[in-house]
Amino acid sequence: MALLTVKNLKLGYESDVILDGLSFTVDKGDYLCIVGENGSGKSTLMKTLLGLMKPLGGEILTSDGLSRNEIGYLPQQTLVQRDFPASVWEIVLSGCQNSRRLNFFYSKKDKALARKNIERMGLNSYMYKCYRDLSGGQQQRVLLARALCAAKEVLLLDEPVAGLDPIVTAEMYDLIDSLNNDGITIIMISHDIAAATRYASHILHISSDLFYGTKDEYLRANTSNSFIGIHDSDLLKGKIVNG
Amino acid sequence: MDKLILYMQYPFVRYALIVGTLIALCSSLLGVTLVLRRFSFIGDGLSHVAFGAIAIASVCNLTNKMLLVLPVTVACAIFLLKSGQNTKIKGDASIAMISVGALAFGYLLMNVFGTSANLTGDVCSTLFGSTSILTLTAFEVWLCVILSAVSVLLFILFYNKIFAVTFDENFAKAVGTKVDTYNLLIAMVIAVIIVLAMNLVGSLLISALIIFPALSAMRIFDSFSKVTILSALISVLCALSGILISIVAGTPVGSTIVATQAVMFAICCVLGKLGGKLA
Repeated sequence: MALLTVKNLKLGYESDVILDGLSFTVDKGDYLCIVGENGSGKSTLMKTLLGLMKPLGGEILTSDGLSRNEIGYLPQQTLVQRDFPASVWEIVLSGCQNSRRLNFFYSKKDKALARKNIERMGLNSYMYKCYRDLSGGQQQRVLLARALCAAKEVLLLDEPVAGLDPIVTAEMYDLIDSLNNDGITIIMISHDIAAATRYASHILHISSDLFYGTKDEYLRANTSNSFIGIHDSDLLKGKIVNG
Repeated sequence: MDKLILYMQYPFVRYALIVGTLIALCSSLLGVTLVLRRFSFIGDGLSHVAFGAIAIASVCNLTNKMLLVLPVTVACAIFLLKSGQNTKIKGDASIAMISVGALAFGYLLMNVFGTSANLTGDVCSTLFGSTSILTLTAFEVWLCVILSAVSVLLFILFYNKIFAVTFDENFAKAVGTKVDTYNLLIAMVIAVIIVLAMNLVGSLLISALIIFPALSAMRIFDSFSKVTILSALISVLCALSGILISIVAGTPVGSTIVATQAVMFAICCVLGKLGGKLA
């Protein structure tokens, strides 16, 4: 049984349709990578999956007892967070907000969950450190731990490696991969097509022609080649302009 | 010292101390989230709106100005916090626009329709705070005590939610927290506190009560809970000492409190630099 079924989804802002006729399913334990150019509607799709936006048409079905706000979400960092005075512990614990009951304070269970996820992300020694003093990779791990607190079984990651150096990027991917191996379903938005084809089990390519299928099918199809092709010519242009 | 003890025997001095402390406490609590969300100027904007509302109220000869001032300010606060993110006129610009607009219209109204003999004095005392904190009635003191108690209680109850919404609105929304409701709540509490605080420091200086304690505390501490607690302590301490100094030295209450806050900020900066950041 699929955890998440998207049927004929139509996305956009009022008169401006960005994306139409999108259908895909996510099964338990999948690692789905959503790739596509800037402005293709990746972020809009993600907001819709999270229930922050209403689709123009089509439907999103969840099953296996998964409710929409049990998707753990790793957003991109905002400007506000850069110099926010908060400890790692406070931030991870804030992942335990639960919508169903109005609880003013965190329970012992919440705290145990937060502690477990801090440990899982290898952040034990940073528990009471300030978020703004951490490196980019560590900050991402803090946000990942927070997402895990909110997640039942699905994690939605929005460009988790943006702005990280190659070594930390590789560590981040390994970490996400290990979570996937532990049985957590991953939905990741990425620009990094190489990593997508390396780690993902399924790929959703959003552009003028939509593609959804397993990684192997994707590699055989043309869509990937044209995407990589566009990248190359962009790089070339950049080089000429720069020097 | 003798002078101080002598003054303490008067009820109006005790009232002023009680009200001043409570207002300082409330404004500093919310100040932390406002500063972090880049809404430092909201105090300024709203207090100018309140000034405009007071002008209208006095032109209409309302006996209880609060009845008009409070709802108008609350409405503006809601509008400003709501329009903060995704609009064409960005948060800071809309705050600036509303604040100067209300100020201009307020003064205009008072000038054209004003009945008071001492117009400049009235305007000046509304802007910079007046001796009105020393002329509080028992009713006003009770009103202030009750509203402050409600604000502090709400803040403590919703502390965790406020943190979540301040740190990451989108994440909070995604996990099902009712972000809009909490924003509304924050806006309303801020508006109430600002209207109360106008008695203490006047329209122009209110921002200081909101931002100085938070900024001072952030120089020293690195976690949200500690910053919040320290900013409350700093704010209460500064308000108390400011009022006492102004009584003894005969200086204006509002500006003395703000001056104390500024000095405290400088001290915290030095402490933060010297001691490094305490965890």
